[in-house]
Amino acid sequence: MTTKIKDTQKMIEDVLSVYPEKSKKERAKHLAANDPTGQCSTCQVKANVKSRPGVMTVRGCAYAGAKGVVWGPVKDQITISHGPIGCGQYSWWSRRNYYNGQTGIDAFGTMHITTDFQEKNIVYGGDKGLDLAIKELHGLFPLGRGIGILSECPVGLIGDDIEAVSKRVAKEINIPIVPVRCEGFRGVSQSLGHHIANDTIKDYVLGKGTLEKTTPYDVNLIGDYNIGGDAWASRKILEEMGLRVIAQYTGDSTINELGIASKAKLNLIHCYRSMNYICRTMEENYGIPWMEFNFFGPTKTFDSIRKIAAKFDEKIRKNSEAVIAKYTPLMEKVVAQYRSKLEGKKVMLYVGGLRPRHTIGAYEDLGMEVVASGYEFGHADDYKRTYPELKEGAVIMDDATLYELEEFTRRLKPDMVGSGIKEKYSYHKLGVPFRQMHSWDYSGPYHGFDGFPVFARDMDMTVNSPTWDLIRRKNEKNL
Amino acid sequence: MKIRDHSELFKQQDYQEQFERKKEFENPWPAEKVKEISDWTRTEEYKELNFKRENIKINPAKACQPLGAVFCASGFEGTMPFVQGAQGCVAYFRSHLSRHFKEPFAAISTSMTEDAAVFGGLNNMLEGLENTHALYKPKMIAVSTTCMAEVIGDDLNSYIKTAKEKGVVPQDLLIPFANTPSFVGSHIVGYDNMMKGILKALWAGKKGEPNGKINIIPGFDTYTGNYHEIKRLMSLMGIEATVLADVSDTFDSPNTGEYKLYPGGTPLHDAQDAVNAIGTVALQKYSTVKTMDHIQKESGQRTLTLSPIGIKNTDAFFAELSKLTGKPVPAAIEAERGRVVDAMVDSHPYVHGKRFALVGDPDILLGMMSLIMEMGGEPVHIVCTNGDKHFEAEANELLASSPFGANGKVYIGKDMWHLRSLLFTDPVDILIGNSYAKFLTQDTGTPLVRIGFPLFDRHHLHRQPIIGYQGALNLVTMLVNTTLDELDRKTEGSASFDVIR
Repeated sequence: MTTKIKDTQKMIEDVLSVYPEKSKKERAKHLAANDPTGQCSTCQVKANVKSRPGVMTVRGCAYAGAKGVVWGPVKDQITISHGPIGCGQYSWWSRRNYYNGQTGIDAFGTMHITTDFQEKNIVYGGDKGLDLAIKELHGLFPLGRGIGILSECPVGLIGDDIEAVSKRVAKEINIPIVPVRCEGFRGVSQSLGHHIANDTIKDYVLGKGTLEKTTPYDVNLIGDYNIGGDAWASRKILEEMGLRVIAQYTGDSTINELGIASKAKLNLIHCYRSMNYICRTMEENYGIPWMEFNFFGPTKTFDSIRKIAAKFDEKIRKNSEAVIAKYTPLMEKVVAQYRSKLEGKKVMLYVGGLRPRHTIGAYEDLGMEVVASGYEFGHADDYKRTYPELKEGAVIMDDATLYELEEFTRRLKPDMVGSGIKEKYSYHKLGVPFRQMHSWDYSGPYHGFDGFPVFARDMDMTVNSPTWDLIRRKNEKNL
Repeated sequence: MKIRDHSELFKQQDYQEQFERKKEFENPWPAEKVKEISDWTRTEEYKELNFKRENIKINPAKACQPLGAVFCASGFEGTMPFVQGAQGCVAYFRSHLSRHFKEPFAAISTSMTEDAAVFGGLNNMLEGLENTHALYKPKMIAVSTTCMAEVIGDDLNSYIKTAKEKGVVPQDLLIPFANTPSFVGSHIVGYDNMMKGILKALWAGKKGEPNGKINIIPGFDTYTGNYHEIKRLMSLMGIEATVLADVSDTFDSPNTGEYKLYPGGTPLHDAQDAVNAIGTVALQKYSTVKTMDHIQKESGQRTLTLSPIGIKNTDAFFAELSKLTGKPVPAAIEAERGRVVDAMVDSHPYVHGKRFALVGDPDILLGMMSLIMEMGGEPVHIVCTNGDKHFEAEANELLASSPFGANGKVYIGKDMWHLRSLLFTDPVDILIGNSYAKFLTQDTGTPLVRIGFPLFDRHHLHRQPIIGYQGALNLVTMLVNTTLDELDRKTEGSASFDVIR
């Protein structure tokens, strides 16, 4: 074991020392010093297990994963938050899954639609009301291509049969009705919600759409939720390569796209965590191969373009080199403009999905170093993909708590932190430059060649804002 | 180099062409069908269908009880809001409040999962309390519940007793609790339940000699400016007041390069001594009903509900406060009144006769209706998703009290999709609501004045008071300048594009 790893391990032990015994033992398994070679046996973190009660986990729930992430962005589906009022209220248009369409007419993305459970629904069940609710919605929104029923906690606890209601009403109104059992108490985080939602796409929609012709270049863009237009920026590259994107899962997506995806030749997956399930399904049931790629920052994007092109013929490979040649000067210009201002800056990341590993290359393109990274709801396979991307001795965090994040910040002294809205303002108080790396802080896109300039601009304004220097610190030693 | 982000990038021709190409796979409706349905949604016929619905809410303006509970709890010194139930709820409360206030918000979940659904949440409560106490060292832990804990019937009282008996937390640690099922009422009821629970716990055995102070309960008030303002006004009146719960530091703390988990709040000693006040004044009615009843019964002190939004309401507030405390209203406050009234006289031509639609929480709606009518404006559509029969009656009475209320109609239990129909079939000049009301502006073109909660898409509005005379001046400024912005927008390129208004 090297000194770097030992030093980091010592720091982690210090941070954990205040925990009660049981929680300390448990939390120790989720924090580690990075070993990119994979030889250090104690450097692997445990993941995807229950959060300890009372520690202030950052995690959300299965409903957040199923409604907020996977189904919410499908624009022509009417998505019902089935249960009490809160869940739909707090997740209302907070993820910025951009779409084209006329809201309330042929698209429904920015709407909050809920059965608003009252006490009588808990006592007598919510099935009858659900039946009527679906019909009322169908009457008011005749252009809805489907209806999703996203269950909140009470639905599972009182034993409602939303599947039976869905089946019966779907026959009457003749559009797909998708019951999603994503009650918030299921599983340990958002992650199970992704899985459950993937399964419902398979069971209710996949293989059912209309597509007039197919070509050898048909691909699906999977695991891109079009946050701030990310998927559009990614699609632009794939189209310029000569590929034909027949479905986006699920940013700016439609029920038809979800259905015809089974006709593609290759699945290209960006967020592995939330959508590997549907890729495996399509591989098993339709023989469609899948590959991961990374469109953050020029280095990774060029690399991914070549790897994707290698799956196709000479024509695509030639196109791809032309795309790289076309955008290289632009990318060099971005780096020239920003690298000098960001060189050597240290970054700490604590996010979800793909960002903890996929954005590392983009930071490195700007001369920045990621010194700590972690996932809210990653699994072992996410961490396996992350270790080689980080330097030796970097901190790996799984399901970190508010307390741990603050302590690691004190010790690592990052020049900026990338995390979520719940973390953002405590970092502002600490005077540590901060960027939301879930919502891009209402900016974006960050994907592709159109995204990287925005990413570079935003990281510069984060690290180099003069406002940080205005803070009159009461205690200089604090950070 | 010029950097184009989403706000410009996707208007470019290459992206517009991409969007067209993508339609091949989308199975879109023909443009004329979309137009037909879009036009239909603006009709009287659609409105009727829309108002017939009983089983689904579309764009409702209300949140759930535990949001109000954690908000309330965070206004007490050293207090950690602690929610028994599934963990996603707390993640949502924290992000929701942070998005409005642009401030950190700490709250604890007991992370209940399937096993708790089967065996109950006792173990989650025990470990949760132990970890909270060890990691975050609170002086008080205020327990509320998510719908999961309510549906399975967790017994908070006995769980907390057990925790103390087992020694996972010290015997003397204050742990008030409230049942806050999200399938009953809304966030304002959750606030009420938590406040009652906290006062019950804090006041036990504290009844003693009257302390000459008064208590102020702001209610579910998300304007930090109001908290600063009420304290300023009390100080001008020479009244010693205890604000319960004082969230002003929680949601508006100075940046000193330090993150304080507990940046302020009502000192626990003051909150305990509040039982000995001469009276309690609630600044909202519908978020304090049970609390005020409890205070009256528990302490015997005078309880008054006086919401000081608008001139008449603020007049009543000071008159009653003066009676309660025996202190006269000082000249400085009278001068503030004179200034705002002067401003209202100056601005009245741009508000008189203007028609308003309002959506929000009951107390804010009542205050805004009153202020609008004081300037000759007409509240027309009043939508209150979380309003009850009492609110409906009170709002109707208010409308009846002024000739400017003649065209007003109150809709309880309705939502912003109902309001969309109303705005198409019976248009108004100005819309008042929270940030989500901007979708109504997008659809109907009605200009929006952002008042209420949540305000996500504009910064710092919550830092300005909307109560008292100063608050009235802020509201009048917003109202009149929105009508003037709209007048400019409508007259651009015409002779009416006046420079002096």
